[in-house]
Amino acid sequence: MDLNTAAAELDNDPQTAAGRTVYVYEIPVRLWHWINALCILILATSGYLIGSPLPSTPGEASEQFLMGYIRFAHFAAAYVFAIGFLVRIYWAFVGNHHAREMFYLPVTNAKWWAGLLRELRWYLFLEKQPYKYVGHNPMGHLFMFLFVTVAAVLMICTGFALYGEGMGLGSWQGRMFGWVIPLLGGSQAVHSWHHLGMWGIVTFVILHVYAAVREDVMSRQTMISTMISGQRTFRE
Amino acid sequence: MTETFYDVLRRQGISRRSFLKFCSLTATSLGLDSAYAQKIAHAMETKPRTPVIWLEGLECTCCSESFIRSAHPLTKDVILSMLSLDYHVTLMAAAGHQAEKQLEEIKKKYKGNYILAVEGNPPLNEDGMYCIEGGRPFVEILKETAADAKAVIAWGACASYGCVQAAKPNPTRATPIDKVISGKPIVKVPGCPPIAEVMTGVVTYLLTFDRLPELDRQGRPKMFYGQRIHDKCYRRPHFDAGQFVEKWDDDAARKGYCLYKMGCKGPTTYNACSTVRWNDGVSFPIQSGHGCIGCSEDGFWDKGTFYDRVTDIKQFGVEQNADKVGGTAAAVAGAAVAVHAAASALKKAKKTETVTGEK
Repeated sequence: MDLNTAAAELDNDPQTAAGRTVYVYEIPVRLWHWINALCILILATSGYLIGSPLPSTPGEASEQFLMGYIRFAHFAAAYVFAIGFLVRIYWAFVGNHHAREMFYLPVTNAKWWAGLLRELRWYLFLEKQPYKYVGHNPMGHLFMFLFVTVAAVLMICTGFALYGEGMGLGSWQGRMFGWVIPLLGGSQAVHSWHHLGMWGIVTFVILHVYAAVREDVMSRQTMISTMISGQRTFRE
Repeated sequence: MTETFYDVLRRQGISRRSFLKFCSLTATSLGLDSAYAQKIAHAMETKPRTPVIWLEGLECTCCSESFIRSAHPLTKDVILSMLSLDYHVTLMAAAGHQAEKQLEEIKKKYKGNYILAVEGNPPLNEDGMYCIEGGRPFVEILKETAADAKAVIAWGACASYGCVQAAKPNPTRATPIDKVISGKPIVKVPGCPPIAEVMTGVVTYLLTFDRLPELDRQGRPKMFYGQRIHDKCYRRPHFDAGQFVEKWDDDAARKGYCLYKMGCKGPTTYNACSTVRWNDGVSFPIQSGHGCIGCSEDGFWDKGTFYDRVTDIKQFGVEQNADKVGGTAAAVAGAAVAVHAAASALKKAKKTETVTGEK
């Protein structure tokens, strides 16, 4: 299938006809999305403060536990994030096909590439209208895969490896994730990668929120309400 | 009958009382229970002496310097009696052809039965010509001697990881010994230098128990490298409380707060400094008011400044730390979003205008 036929097919998908509403995101996906958003907020903030701590507080050390609490928040949110990700993987198997989208890239699909090109042109103000999609548009799909799935795996592996250092050599964290430390060239290097991962996710969040709001306003489908109700309504 | 360790020690003038004290001390420093003191004594009394050959390659001799300063005089005497009899370039009495002949003899007589301790590493560039010993490249001597050894000890960051002579661009191609020696069990005892008591502890373990101590993923003995400096640091309460030294001469520095913000590598460094300490347990870097530089970690010489918590990374061509690289990316994304949003708003407004105008 060449790009033109792919484009024509995308434009005339009866599923996305104006006025139609489709149920896209099931409850576990939506719950996961918002729990994840909260986790990322806590993890990025507390993580940044672990790397660059707040100014010192005076007084006896035994009277305060500031760094301890910040680290606790980070570790607690990390557990929720990691368990959430596992549950999300489980849901990819048992949920609808939209729940699987995030975990693969359809690189052999011409339609997908045509859509990706169109999205790129749409963001460069070269297209009057984007295609309509029931699930993610290809650009969104690509970013989800890279900055949610890949980034989550990277952050969970590096994060638990570092956590395992504190838990000790015999801990399950150390046994399961300790191999990451020599692989990336030592503890300090793993810290650096963990920081980079955080900034990658922060950058993604900025783009993600912007794209969601913009598409909700400018494209021909609902975005924000879809992640709340699960329903996507098409316009025009 | 072959000589035992005990025979050698007695011949060196060490009393039985001193010998037993040494056994208890060693058992304690290895983290073994008191019953092991007798086992160590028994092993040393009955087992034939295992010679140790100590080779020095590209290095600064700081490992040897540390080793002979082993805090407890007994340990020093005992271990040195075991070692200096054989081959140690710096410590042995023999020199020149006599010394080399001795090395050959030990290798022949104790084939497959001696322990090889290596300080420093072999440079591989120019066929190893950057380190010549007795007229031959060190790498050849190392390979030959390792071939008939029972086990190999890699002393210090040089033998274990390469250390400063392997710093980028590593002109001599200084290479850690485990990349050159194959098929032999290797214990890595990193540090620049390693702690004296850790060194004597490892040697004693190998000699008395006839096997390698339990090693971690990176080949280091767990008993000494199982925890980070940070885990046992006496300043840890200040870390948990969030009390940090912000400048070298501030009040917090005088109060002995945590050196984390000053770039202390304690949280990323595995070693026994915060428990065993140095110079007869007198002190260790953090206790003296300076952060740990992470000298027992792989690549510590190439990991950026010793004085920043978030150190520079070199993967992106520029030497910037992760927070600067990531922060810039996030800021650029934010600015791009703002510009894009403005352009989108303009487009939308124009469209609405056209639609309304048409009506």
